[in-house]
Amino acid sequence: MTNTTNNRVDEPVYWVLFGAGGMWSAIFAPAAILIVCFLIPLGVIDGADLFTGLTRFAGSFLGRIFILLMIVLPLWCGMHRIHHCLHDMKARWPGLKGLCYGLAAALSLVALFLVCTF
Amino acid sequence: MKTIKLAIARYNPEQDDKPHLENFHVPYDNQTSLLDALAHIKDVLAPDLAYRSSCRMAICGSCGMMVDGIPRLACKTFLRDYAGAAKVTLEALGNFPIERDLVVDLTHFLECIEALKPYLIGNERKPEDGPNRQTPEQIAKYHQFTHCINCGLCYAACPQFGLNPAFTGPGAISLAYRYNLDSRDNGKNERMQTMNGPEGVWNCTFVGLCSEVCPKHVDPAAAIQQCKVESALDFARSVINCQKEKEVR
Repeated sequence: MTNTTNNRVDEPVYWVLFGAGGMWSAIFAPAAILIVCFLIPLGVIDGADLFTGLTRFAGSFLGRIFILLMIVLPLWCGMHRIHHCLHDMKARWPGLKGLCYGLAAALSLVALFLVCTF
Repeated sequence: MKTIKLAIARYNPEQDDKPHLENFHVPYDNQTSLLDALAHIKDVLAPDLAYRSSCRMAICGSCGMMVDGIPRLACKTFLRDYAGAAKVTLEALGNFPIERDLVVDLTHFLECIEALKPYLIGNERKPEDGPNRQTPEQIAKYHQFTHCINCGLCYAACPQFGLNPAFTGPGAISLAYRYNLDSRDNGKNERMQTMNGPEGVWNCTFVGLCSEVCPKHVDPAAAIQQCKVESALDFARSVINCQKEKEVR
């Protein structure tokens, strides 16, 4: 018989983080990786001034938030995907959900600490 | 007339442990539907063959079955499209318990429809108030979801329903969403209780096959994703309301 009681699940929290992570991975992450990892090192963009500017930006408040989101959001997106892929492959281990999201939460805290202190 | 080989999954719960395929050769022309072929088999070759059908025109939603592994309505599937195939395999609708041959037990689907209350709730208008008019824009919001014929093909296509048979499923959620979008309805909060729960919309991982197989071109996958947004907002509202209640205390 179908359960009709108001037994709310916590999935919306992970889904919102997954959605935000997916958007970030699709829009901001490729642009940032292209500029920092390819265009500047390969000399396509004249690097000297830009690199100085980027370094200054990375140290600013907004820059730190950008770097934090760059690490944290794709992390939650990835762990959510791994969790659901394992579910689809019928991996029903107890604590799997806690492991996936716990790992994402722990690494997010590490990222927060590093972003605040570098 | 050309002939085609149909391999039909037969299952008699009093004799068989599991379904087994039985081959039939049926004549067909350009107008022969799969349902016509099944009627021929029942009339001429195997009178004990069990299958459901009624309208023969994709309105009643009775004749859903797996055709070469894809959920289809037998009345809307034509054998001319399988010309040249060595055989066409027919099985009972996937993900549902089989009662006999091509007949499945749709009890869960019907219970889910009942649980999600797909009808107008909380509209106090009386007949003397006259017709409850809607603008074309208000109708357009929910119109495509009214086309659902409760055939259950979306459930047979849904891998998440296959993994969790308690999942409320695409068809019932689409019907509920149709009424959530209706300007005459005030029953969204009642329906969201089931949607927010462990058997509700969050079981869906947006595979999207439900929308591909729908014979009436309803888009259940879109309905579920939009219900997820609604459920997430509902979750946020419940957190804020808890905060407010604490402040009041």
